[in-house]
Amino acid sequence: MNGFTKIIEEVGGIATFSIKVFTQLFQRPFEFRELLRQMDETGSKSLILVLVTGCSIGIVLSMQSRGTLARFGAEAVLPSMLALSIVKEIGPVITSLVLAGRLGAGIAAELGSMRVTEQIDALEVSALQPFKYIVITRVLACVVMFPLLTIVCDIIALLGGYIEALLSSNLDYRLFIDKAFSSLRLSDVLFSTGKTCVFGFLVSIVGCYSGYHVKGGTREVGQAAMRAVVIGSLLVLLADVLMVRLSLILFGS
Amino acid sequence: MPQPEIVISDIYKAFGDREVLKGISVNVERGSTLAVMGGSGSGKSVLLKHLVGLMLPDSGEVWVQGQRIDELSGKDLNASRLRIGYLFQGGALFDSLTVAENLDFVLRRHTTMNPVERREYIQNVIAWVNLPDVANQYPAELSGGQKKRIALARAIILNPDILLCDEPTTGLDPISVRTVSHLIMRLKAERGITSVAITHDLLCAEIIADNVAFIFEGKILQQGQLTELRSSEHPQLRDFFG
Ligand SMILES: Nc1ncnc2c1ncn2[C@@H]1O[C@H](COP(=O)(O)OP(=O)(O)OP(=O)(O)O)[C@@H](O)[C@H]1O
Ligand SMILES: [Mg+2]
Repeated sequence: MNGFTKIIEEVGGIATFSIKVFTQLFQRPFEFRELLRQMDETGSKSLILVLVTGCSIGIVLSMQSRGTLARFGAEAVLPSMLALSIVKEIGPVITSLVLAGRLGAGIAAELGSMRVTEQIDALEVSALQPFKYIVITRVLACVVMFPLLTIVCDIIALLGGYIEALLSSNLDYRLFIDKAFSSLRLSDVLFSTGKTCVFGFLVSIVGCYSGYHVKGGTREVGQAAMRAVVIGSLLVLLADVLMVRLSLILFGS
Repeated sequence: MPQPEIVISDIYKAFGDREVLKGISVNVERGSTLAVMGGSGSGKSVLLKHLVGLMLPDSGEVWVQGQRIDELSGKDLNASRLRIGYLFQGGALFDSLTVAENLDFVLRRHTTMNPVERREYIQNVIAWVNLPDVANQYPAELSGGQKKRIALARAIILNPDILLCDEPTTGLDPISVRTVSHLIMRLKAERGITSVAITHDLLCAEIIADNVAFIFEGKILQQGQLTELRSSEHPQLRDFFG
C-alpha cells in the first residue's frame, strides 16, 4: 500500500471513529465517575507543564518585544500587545500543542497497551461497552479541560510578562492590567479559548483512535503514541488556521 | 435429544490472505469440558474468540445455548455474553484497578447488590480461589499464578453457565497447575458449568478434560478422549505428545 492510500485510510478511520463518539455520546449508560476521574487525571497530569510553558512564553515574549517596541518609541503598547498575542493566539495554540504531546501520547499508549493485553476485549465480553467507558470519557475530559488549562496558561503568561515588565521598567500593575484588558474584546477571548475545545477533541480522538486500533505487540504501542502526537499536532495547527479564518469572517479583525 | 450447549459448525476465518481456521466443527455437551490442544499459532485463541463474538467467522455458524452468536449484536449479544465467563490468555485484569476493584467493576454494573453485599461476595470469591490476602493489591504486584486465579475469579463472578479458558495454566509451576485445574473441575462438579479450555498442558488436560480436540493447520485433526489422542499413530499428535 502506498503512502497516499494510507493517509486516506487513516483520515477515514478517524472520521468514522468521531462519528461513533457523537452517536454514543447521548446513549445510556453515562460513565460520570470515570469522566470525573479522567478530568482529574488530565488536569493533574498536565498542570505543571502548562504553568511552566505559560510562564516562559510570557517572559520571553515580553523581553523580545520590548526592544522592538522601544525602537519605535511604542513601549507603552507592550501590555496590550502581550495580552492580544497571548490570549488570542499563543496561549491556546501552545497549550494545545503541549497537551497534544503530553495527553495525545499518553492516551494512545494507555489504550494501546490495554488493547495488547486484551483489557479492551475483557470489557467487551463482560458486556461493559469499552467504547463508552474508555473513549468517550477521555474525549469529554479533554474537551472540558483544554479550555480550562488554556485559561491557566493565559493568566500565567500574562503574569510572567508583567513580572518581566516590572523588573525592567517598574510598571504599575493597575496600569498594566488596565492596558492589557482594554485591548481585548470579549468575543476574542471567548472564541480563542473556546476553539481549544475543538483542539481537545482532535487531540483526544486521534490519541484514542491510534491506541484503540493497535494490533500486535508493544512495538506498535510506541508507534501509536508517536503517530498520535504527530497527527494530533498537525490537526491542531490546521484547525487553528481554519478557525481563525472563520473568526475573521464572523467577528471582523 | 437436547441440543449441545455449544455448536461450532464449519467455521472459516482468515486474516488478509492468512487462513487461520479452515473448516472447524465441534460440539460441547452441557456440563462437559472440552480441552482444545494444538501447537502455538494454530488458531486456538482465534477459535475461542468466536464463541463470544469477539471475532466473526468468514463463513460457518457458532451456536451457544441455542442462539447464533455470530448473528447477534447489541443488547442480545451482551445478554449472551453475560452467561459466558472468559479467562484471557494473559489474564487481562484492568491494571489501573486493584484486585477487589477489578471484581467489583463487573459486579457493580451487572447486579443490584449494595456495596456491603458486593464486598462480602468478593471476599468469598477471592477466598474460593484461595487468595484472601491480595484484595487490595494491583495486578502488577501479583505473580503469574495469582493473576490467573484472579482472572478466573473475575470470569466466574457473575455465575456464568459457560466458562472459556485461554491457557489457564500456561507458565505456572506444577502445583499451581493443579490448583487452577482443580478449581475448574470444581466449577463443573458444583455448578455444572460447561467449559472449553485451551491448553498445552498435559497435566491440566488430564485433570479437566472430558474430551480433547486437537487443532492442526486450521482443522481438527482428531477429537476424543485424551488417552486415545495420546496413543494415536498420527505423526503430528505423536510429535505433540512426545
Ligand atoms: N487479530 C488478528 N489479526 C491478524 N492475525 C491474527 C489476529 N489474531 C490472530 N492472528 C493470527 O492467527 C494465528 C493464530 O493465532 P492464535 O492466537 O489463535 O494462536 P494460538 O493457537 O492461540 O497460539 P498460542 O498457543 O501461541 O496462544 C496467528 O498466526 C496470528 O498471527
Ligand atoms: Mg493463544
